[in-house]
Amino acid sequence: MKKGLGFFSLVILIASMIGGFMQVHDFGKPLRTEMDDYFIANSQVEVAANNAVTAVVFDYRGFDTLGEATVLFAAVIGVATVLRRMKG
Amino acid sequence: MNGMSKIVRTMARLLYPFVLAFGAYIVMHGHLTPGGGFQGGAVIASGLAMMVVAFGRRSEKHVREGVLSVIEDFGALAFLGLAFLGIGTTFFYNLIANSGWLFGSSVSYGSNPGYLNTGGTLPYMNWAVGLKVLAGLGSIVVLMAFVFGEDEDEDTA
Repeated sequence: MKKGLGFFSLVILIASMIGGFMQVHDFGKPLRTEMDDYFIANSQVEVAANNAVTAVVFDYRGFDTLGEATVLFAAVIGVATVLRRMKG
Repeated sequence: MNGMSKIVRTMARLLYPFVLAFGAYIVMHGHLTPGGGFQGGAVIASGLAMMVVAFGRRSEKHVREGVLSVIEDFGALAFLGLAFLGIGTTFFYNLIANSGWLFGSSVSYGSNPGYLNTGGTLPYMNWAVGLKVLAGLGSIVVLMAFVFGEDEDEDTA
């Protein structure tokens, strides 16, 4: 029963991977480029930054960076909780 | 955790300012070149880790956990404050870009060598996130290195 379920899910995974890779677009030719074109065209004008990646990370999607910083803060809190120096 | 030999300690002491300067460069030029707050903060934190590995418990006077947690708080609050600066339009709106303040001059469209005095809130946020990351990773290293008490060091020294 357990083995059969594992084999079944493996078959589903392989079948969906094959089905998905059949319809992959050509390398270097993404299907949707509106977002990329907007960032490339406007990051120098709107954000005044030459580095479009930083413009995306800190301006267009700054909220995502806030989440990353919160994840780092939570990691530090977790380490400090487990490994704080024992008194006495 | 004990320190290492005199050769390692001397080399670490020599390299430490260069590591710090390279990390500060990556943070400062985040809006021009690859890198930014996270990456530069990680470089500086690896410098702190080098000092902790080389000097052992004696590095505690250089790398103090209380100072690091204050720096991390300052970085996080500065990042949030800069985000709230643009709340008149939206959260994280770049208010300083093209305004003529510090880091507020505009950049010409197309390829150009890149000027430090651009980017609006981006350099400020890079510094805030850089301080936060260096303090966060540094305090993780310090906590893991000095998890055992003082008496452990006396026995093995």
